[in-house]
Amino acid sequence: MSQRPALLLILLALPAGVVFLAFFLLPMARLVLIGASGEDGAAAYLSVLTTPRHLESMIATVLLSLAVTLAAVAVSTVAGVFLVRHRFPGRSTLVSLLTFPLAFPGVVIGFLVILLAGRQGLVGEVTKALTGDKMVFAYSMAGLFVGYLYFSIPRVILTVMAAAEKLDPSLEEAARSLGAPPWRVVADVILPALKPGLIASGAICFATSMGAFGTAFTLATNIDVLPMTIYTEFTLSANIAGAASLSVVLGLVTWAALALARNLSGSTVAAAG
Amino acid sequence: MMHNTLPEASEPMTAEKTAITLTDCGKTFADGTRALQPIDLAIAGGETVVLLGPSGCGKTTLLRIVAGLETPDAGGRVLFNGEDVTVRPIERREVGMVFQSYALFPNMSVRQNVAYGLKVRRVPREELTRRVDDALEMMQIAELAERRIGQLSGGQRQRVALARAIAVRPRILLLDEPLTALDALLRDRLRVEIDSLLRGLGITAVYVTHDQAEAMALGDRVVVMSAGQIEQIGPPRDIYHAPATDFVADFIGTVNRVPAAALAGWGDEVDGAVLFRPEDAEIVSGEGAHLRGRVASSLFLGDRTRLVLESDGLLPVVVDTRRRETIRIGEEIGIRLKPGHLIPLPSAGREGQTC
Repeated sequence: MSQRPALLLILLALPAGVVFLAFFLLPMARLVLIGASGEDGAAAYLSVLTTPRHLESMIATVLLSLAVTLAAVAVSTVAGVFLVRHRFPGRSTLVSLLTFPLAFPGVVIGFLVILLAGRQGLVGEVTKALTGDKMVFAYSMAGLFVGYLYFSIPRVILTVMAAAEKLDPSLEEAARSLGAPPWRVVADVILPALKPGLIASGAICFATSMGAFGTAFTLATNIDVLPMTIYTEFTLSANIAGAASLSVVLGLVTWAALALARNLSGSTVAAAG
Repeated sequence: MMHNTLPEASEPMTAEKTAITLTDCGKTFADGTRALQPIDLAIAGGETVVLLGPSGCGKTTLLRIVAGLETPDAGGRVLFNGEDVTVRPIERREVGMVFQSYALFPNMSVRQNVAYGLKVRRVPREELTRRVDDALEMMQIAELAERRIGQLSGGQRQRVALARAIAVRPRILLLDEPLTALDALLRDRLRVEIDSLLRGLGITAVYVTHDQAEAMALGDRVVVMSAGQIEQIGPPRDIYHAPATDFVADFIGTVNRVPAAALAGWGDEVDGAVLFRPEDAEIVSGEGAHLRGRVASSLFLGDRTRLVLESDGLLPVVVDTRRRETIRIGEEIGIRLKPGHLIPLPSAGREGQTC
């Protein structure tokens, strides 16, 4: 009697198990092995520390992702709480526009950054008219930052709005009745309530920025983020072991960041990206 | 901002009591709905006033105007002891608030919640600890001090909210349906405690409720409201025994309305209607009954039995009796009114209410 449901469960779980094994575990294991298959063997995994170019690339990627995450969380928290608290004409259109970047591939976002701050870009035209100097920052870390921020904001803002909807207004009123000025209400009531959502969406932002490739590839030339380094090692230098080891390290660093966030928030953070 | 002379631990909060004066306070919301008609209300220092009415009558809006969470429409003024505080935000009004939803900070312990107002006011550590302990002691929750809010029952949460509100020694205590979310037994117990707390502190308090029993038990005066207007202001006994309007008569307790002409042997005044409470009629057998009717339902309530009588051409009449013998449904009985216990007819229109 009790064996049949167990058998049924195993049968039902089989497809998921096969997919997990064939498309997740096996390639992963193979990647780890390839990473150690080069001339340096397993030491290739240390290349991120020993090869200056790889180390710089790793540091730049982590710093960029951190900056993007912090900026996205800051901007989205203010905007998200505002959008929840205020009703005005065009509000729902604005909210749906804000989620627009979710649909774009990295290439399109790179293209948008070029339209904004490239050699023929809007920022260039305006600054040229104002100061005589054309400002161009699309093809640098600054351009990448703008692009990543653009596609990170919707991810955070939707989470913030969902959390802000659930805020009990009487909590803020209670704090104010006890003498708390507005900034203390934000620090003591609003931010603690939003914290789990901010950590979760911030972690997703960070992971996405660590692994994003399309935007960097479009802006190209002298941007040295880790996914670009992996691409260069793989295609131009044909250093397959190097590319594999860097990929594994990139995955581990991102995974560690998500695990840290999960510990901080005490709840589950989806490892996306 | 605070009164800096420190009373003894046992002494109530502020020596000086705060009177509240509202003049011409109305409230129209942005979408044009009129929550409150312009009203005047004066509350003496140390008085407990209960705002009573059905939902949507404007009682909570009135409380929020006193608190500083809403501003009255142009022309309305809020005075504390004669000082105009109309544009002063709530954080500088020194009022304590207690909410129906408790509104405790979930990220803080019980002690941190109660200490919050004192921390914001930068009260020195030693004094803060002492005052938090006093407030916890007063609400009999000293043993819960280190608990998280999530670990508390509803009754305990409202005790914490009360302790938090009184720890800062506010000038006025504002309570917005504080017992509504609790079950009946707890509600009765906490109501008694709130009553002795308010008496003990001697603080000016405004208490909003839709529960007439709460209003009767707690209020020095009760303000009955409906549709954004004040129907009657008075001590609970006056409200109950001499309602000023039909609304008050119907909203507070149960009232029977019988045409005088339908009462046998009622005497000379046969015009109009006679109003009486269920407890002010007695069951009589045989002669002397003012009214006879069939028992349509009989509800045993422990200390009394509530009967509903039907007689031809009249609305059902509700009568309470303390008799022990059972009265069967369908039985025909007679009742006699106590002439001294009738409710004077409320005037059809509203009286000009100033208080």
